[in-house]
Amino acid sequence: MTKSQRLFEIYRTGLVILIALLLSLVIILLVSDVPGEAMKLFLTGPLDSLRHFGNVLEMMVPLLFTGLAISVMFSASQFNLGAEGAFFFGAIGAAFIAVNWNLPPVIHPMVAILWGGIIGSVFCGIPGFLKIKWGSSELVSSLMFNYIAYFFGLYLINYFLRDVNAGAMVSYPFAESAKLIRIIPKTRVHFGLIIAALAVVFTAVFLHRTRWGYRIIVIGRNIRFAKYAGINTDRAILLSQVLGGFIAGAGGSIEVLGLYRRFTWQLLPGYGWTGIIVAILARNNPIYIPVAAFFLAYMRIGADIMSRSTDMPNEFVAIIQGLIIILIAASSFLAKQRHKMVVKEAML
Amino acid sequence: MSAFIDIIINPQFGYSVLRVSTPILFAALGALISDKAGVINIALEGIMLMSALTGVIFSAITGSAFFGLLMAVIVGGLVGLSLGYFSLNLKTDVILAAVAINMIALGGTIFVLFLVAGDKGISSSLPSKVLPKINIPGLENIPGIGPIFSGHNVLTYLAFLSVFLIWFFLYKTPLGLRIRAVGENEHAADSVGISVIKTRYIALVISGVLAGFGGAYMSMGYVSWFSRDMVAGRGFIALAAEAMGGATPVGSMLASLLFGFFDALSNSLQLLKIPYEFVSMLPYAATVIGLVIYTIRKTEQIRKIQERAAEAGGA
Repeated sequence: MTKSQRLFEIYRTGLVILIALLLSLVIILLVSDVPGEAMKLFLTGPLDSLRHFGNVLEMMVPLLFTGLAISVMFSASQFNLGAEGAFFFGAIGAAFIAVNWNLPPVIHPMVAILWGGIIGSVFCGIPGFLKIKWGSSELVSSLMFNYIAYFFGLYLINYFLRDVNAGAMVSYPFAESAKLIRIIPKTRVHFGLIIAALAVVFTAVFLHRTRWGYRIIVIGRNIRFAKYAGINTDRAILLSQVLGGFIAGAGGSIEVLGLYRRFTWQLLPGYGWTGIIVAILARNNPIYIPVAAFFLAYMRIGADIMSRSTDMPNEFVAIIQGLIIILIAASSFLAKQRHKMVVKEAML
Repeated sequence: MSAFIDIIINPQFGYSVLRVSTPILFAALGALISDKAGVINIALEGIMLMSALTGVIFSAITGSAFFGLLMAVIVGGLVGLSLGYFSLNLKTDVILAAVAINMIALGGTIFVLFLVAGDKGISSSLPSKVLPKINIPGLENIPGIGPIFSGHNVLTYLAFLSVFLIWFFLYKTPLGLRIRAVGENEHAADSVGISVIKTRYIALVISGVLAGFGGAYMSMGYVSWFSRDMVAGRGFIALAAEAMGGATPVGSMLASLLFGFFDALSNSLQLLKIPYEFVSMLPYAATVIGLVIYTIRKTEQIRKIQERAAEAGGA
């Protein structure tokens, strides 16, 4: 990508975000009885206290992991939508180790996260395997695997980990040694943020500085070219799906060990889907993932704060997120301007 | 084991298979039409959800179940149209556009439900209507068969009738031929003067309308209310049913019935104290297994044809 192309993409992304924000304000104006208050909370709520800003950073962690996971899987041009299930099931794997095992601190969460990651890689790896082996649509099978992960996970939690004395459908408490430490006082921001930062660096280096990453990207751009160039496409595709699943599963593990005392999810958390927006905003480039994750986390926390003290339900964010996907992924959006720019450059 | 067999031979089980297959069948036919035109429509899930809510709201406002159904179907068609606009005009990848539509549907229906019913979970405060059930005279009195096939919701009959209608449409009408031509080879279709974009628009609208029927059935037949995420992956299962059915109307119907069988089984097995979560997993696991078996058979067939071609070439 040339420098001007990159600038153009930044301009395009900025414009989409502006349109999305304007649409949010229009929706607020139409629906809310106290639009001024609602808008103020939506836009500046996350900044009004350390605790709220901490919420944004906390929300970033799962989005960073699922965004990275999907970037890696989509880089090979595979529409594997299994990050959602891998995130959920990875978290359950970690919960088992956090509840049942006795390990020293530091080692305990490491083992749990590793285990969660392995489970995640199995879950995203199977659709990838079925694709390269028999050509079964990874799209359909990964969607099914999300539901399998969900129901099987609930089964495991409710029959093997459930604390019957807790009064709700939750697991036994995690061992103290398994939890991730808090890194910013007065907030719930945990060590997972640092692991996420490391994961960003690792994924960026892997995709852009290693032979395997290069293979994956070449496959994503043009699989026929990759085959002619002698790349073992099956192996590289499978690697990308397994690695993506690992990142998602580890992300789920980190989320539960960082924020909760027990496993409490009774629904799929939806981060796998939000991760798709993160990846699309970042154009599957790990370096931009933190920016995209921050933006989405900020918007969600803003909407949460707004819905707590006004009459606006926070679900309208889903509408905005959908619009962002459509516009960013729309290759003919601003295509005229891009054309003009290319022509202008050629004239110089 | 005998309890298990008792469940399956009970006419009520047959009845419930047809009942739970209905929404999947509608959506599978929707998947079929768009697939024939060369577009994968994974927005079926979201369309069903939006139509389900639309049906509840408009039947509650007007007091007429059929008006609710009409609006649900119109909304389904409109969402299909907008998927066409995003993918064909704005050139958004059709899978991503559909993911976006599903996301908007999931959050948007909760948003609208809250505005209309004051609740984020269920529409029970709305006086919504249910589409009528039909008893078939004569048939209903035949023991063993009557209880299975009679007394279903009007949409269940329409769904199975649609299998024939869609077959007729795709294989016996000029527009159906154009749709198949565009999906088979868009350049060839284009070269003989078929507008690829227009044909795909039509296919996506029909696909949306069919999913709209499925969604309306969910909230005005299957149950009598709307609840968040009530479609629960049926739109995705329908995609798998269509693929497993070999992209034919009758095949899609048989695959939908198979998923319906597992879905009904999962409802019945709960009576046998088999864990609910485990049983709920069945239709999805069956889908993956079915899909894999189908694709293995297909790759085997292709391999055999290639071998035969190689032999013929060698001789």
